[in-house]
Amino acid sequence: MATVNINGIDVKAREGMTVLDVAQSAGIYIPTLCYHPDLSTFGGCRVCMVEADGSAVTACRAPIKDGMVVRTDTERVNQMRRVNVELIMTNHDQDCQTCAKNNNCKLQEVCAFEGITPERMSRLRRVITNKEQDTSNPAFKRDFAKCITCGICVRTCEEINGVAAIDFAFRGYKTTISTIGNKPILESKCESCGECVERCPTGALVVKNQVVPEREVRTICSYCGVGCGLVLGVRGNRVVGVRGDRQNPVNQGHLCVKGRYGFGFINHPDRLKAPLVKKNGTLTETSWDEALTLISGKIKEFTDKHGPNSLAGLTSARCTNEDNYLFQKLFRFLGTNNIDHCARL
Amino acid sequence: MAGLANAFGSGAMTNSIRDITQADVFFIIGSNTTEAHPVIGYRIRKAIREGASLIVADPRRIDLAEHADEFLQLRPGTNEALLNGIVHVVINEGLYDQDFIRERTEGFDELAEAMQKYTPEYVAEITNVSAEAIRKAARLYAGAKNAAILYTMGVTQHTSGTNTVLAIANLAMATGNIGKPSSGVNPLRGQNNVQGACDMGGLPPVFTGYQPVSDPTSRKKFEEAWGVSLNPEPGLTVTEMMDGALDGRVKMLYVMGENPALTDANLHHVQEAMDKVEFLVVQDIFLTETAAMADVVLPAAAFAEKTGTFVNTERRVQLINQAVAPPGEAKADWQILQDLAQKLGFNWQYGSTEDIFNEIATLTPSYGGISYERLEREGSLQWPCPTPGHPGTPILHGEKFTRGKGLFNPVEYTPPAELTDEDYPLSLTTGRNLYHYHSGSMTHRSKEIEELRPEELAQVNTEDAARMGICDGDLVKLSSRRGAVETRVEVSDIVPPGVVFMTFHYKEAAVNLLTNDKLDPFAKIPELKVCAVKLEKVAS
Repeated sequence: MATVNINGIDVKAREGMTVLDVAQSAGIYIPTLCYHPDLSTFGGCRVCMVEADGSAVTACRAPIKDGMVVRTDTERVNQMRRVNVELIMTNHDQDCQTCAKNNNCKLQEVCAFEGITPERMSRLRRVITNKEQDTSNPAFKRDFAKCITCGICVRTCEEINGVAAIDFAFRGYKTTISTIGNKPILESKCESCGECVERCPTGALVVKNQVVPEREVRTICSYCGVGCGLVLGVRGNRVVGVRGDRQNPVNQGHLCVKGRYGFGFINHPDRLKAPLVKKNGTLTETSWDEALTLISGKIKEFTDKHGPNSLAGLTSARCTNEDNYLFQKLFRFLGTNNIDHCARL
Repeated sequence: MAGLANAFGSGAMTNSIRDITQADVFFIIGSNTTEAHPVIGYRIRKAIREGASLIVADPRRIDLAEHADEFLQLRPGTNEALLNGIVHVVINEGLYDQDFIRERTEGFDELAEAMQKYTPEYVAEITNVSAEAIRKAARLYAGAKNAAILYTMGVTQHTSGTNTVLAIANLAMATGNIGKPSSGVNPLRGQNNVQGACDMGGLPPVFTGYQPVSDPTSRKKFEEAWGVSLNPEPGLTVTEMMDGALDGRVKMLYVMGENPALTDANLHHVQEAMDKVEFLVVQDIFLTETAAMADVVLPAAAFAEKTGTFVNTERRVQLINQAVAPPGEAKADWQILQDLAQKLGFNWQYGSTEDIFNEIATLTPSYGGISYERLEREGSLQWPCPTPGHPGTPILHGEKFTRGKGLFNPVEYTPPAELTDEDYPLSLTTGRNLYHYHSGSMTHRSKEIEELRPEELAQVNTEDAARMGICDGDLVKLSSRRGAVETRVEVSDIVPPGVVFMTFHYKEAAVNLLTNDKLDPFAKIPELKVCAVKLEKVAS
């Protein structure tokens, strides 16, 4: 164990922690932009500057040592942080009210904390204007006018997904996040998993057609057999979004393209809404009672005439255990073991 | 499943996802993990980045091949020979685990004897993988502290599928890579609740928890619990049902939440069977290709509209929760089944899915300790979990195999049922892509996903394409002895010369019109992964 003094108060710490880790463990807020707890540290945004034993350091990268004295609110620290944030803000679109990340934006949070004022901003000149958007991906868009080159997307793509489809490119003011050959993201090896969109601290990566949910429900994905935990966003009687369930031990919040963006089928107009029976060769809407009476009549007819093995049922690898249990119980009740499903496909 | 049950006594993934991702060596055979099981794919790529080694055996240069230490690009349908070759090297170079073999297994001497002919040179001729690569892969796998084998349908969807699984089990047991963390034999299950559907007795020969219908004790237990007398004869498998429909034995087919008219092998045969059967009932969320052929269609609730449990690939039972109401008059599947049972005069009175689950737990030893209350409190549980105080079982066969001693089963290589010839010179293999799921009834109706991959792109090797004058995006006709489809192509070196790959996600290019429905004699799985085809350019 080690002890670190932060702003005059002693805080217990473990060797190997950073100044940011210790401050956060003690409930002390240090602004960050390029830091993300799921990822390796980068130390690029310079807004987590603190004084440690008298030197200015980035809190996210500075390892603690026993007896270290940290100050988070000195004039020098505040001035450095403010200038760094102002330089980022100068080149950032300021359409917060209509931005999809409004109220959910790390840059807003940091600006508010640092007290960025219009007076101070007005002395800086905007360097780059007219940055284009990349709207090639149907699920999300990339808005370079809102990108702060924190690199969280780059690290996410490499460290979470592992595909490493994007990286920093060009130099100086032209620094940007790019695919190989700076092609649209859809033409890269991006797997559209949306992990970067989930972590982007600003409006640079946002879901297209975002609808803010009114409530959320935890459940399990209905695609492959991995069994990832989902949190469904619901508005009215519509599923409007999906995020990964970080508490689920299987996926720890991570999802693939199907799990995250493949929910549109739930509220699709093609959904079957009433039982159908074939009349004169055409499927026609009917009542539950008529449909079930017809089926039970046929079951009795075939069982009486040909024995129960004239019935066969395919149960489902998509349905719940409870659905499957009742399905096989029903068929075995009727006297046949002709029950199978597509486990082999 | 059948293979593992024979070798170990239980046919499920032996280890857990989190645990296998700590392996020192991964041997991935017949699994395009990063597309078919993407989140497990993330974990494998991370493990490789952090220093683990990777052996990939696949006819295609899949994404994981790019990360592999040894990439064994074998001919479709030769898995068994490759595995025997690796086992040969393990035995002949003394790389096996003597203590494990002595204490935990039986039949090693017979295996050693039978494997003698599978020299790397002999196997190289069959598989087109070099003898040196086979030796290197064997040394890498056997030399690891903990090595995990992952496989999927690339292994099982062959006429030799069960034997290949046995060959995998032989390799894992010979090197002691089973029954301990970060190792094992791990079939990754392809659908959200395929494990659960099997556990629940959705198979012709067994009740829940794999209790045989032919076993008098099991049958008596269910007869007493349900209050009916039960049939002791195992029933028909899906392929046999289709044959039964065609020859008139099966009069009525009831399909819940499946789309065999697009997903099964040799579709003409399946569609003919569906046409022939006297009465077809389909219960689903959409009017699928199968539902369109039905006499009665029942509207079901989707996963977001239901409560219940799913079991993932690592035997983990998890609760699903209702988020929204079903549309119109659609109902949860269990409610429809209960309504029908009542119509038939059975006094079924389940008030909730929890009532049903409690009955399952009473009748199924491996689920005996699982309850909704525990799942809500503990999040999830991995079976076997026999008692309420049991923590669940992340790793199977820890101290002894379910069957006692692990059994080595020497298997002989048998070629695929249909080989290429002058008329059908190319080998067709099938699988999934990252974006779509099975017949696509869900993903094609999810706008973003559909836009990402709106149509089939059959993969054709650059050399084959050049010879036939085919370019990226061209329309081609692919035909086998059973049918023909038209599809656009992607010219790519992901497939080797002589091999074509298609997914089964698109009804417009239904690859199962071409595939071979010849079955593995044990597991009754059709040989979806290899058949002979020819390719012609369609004039645009």
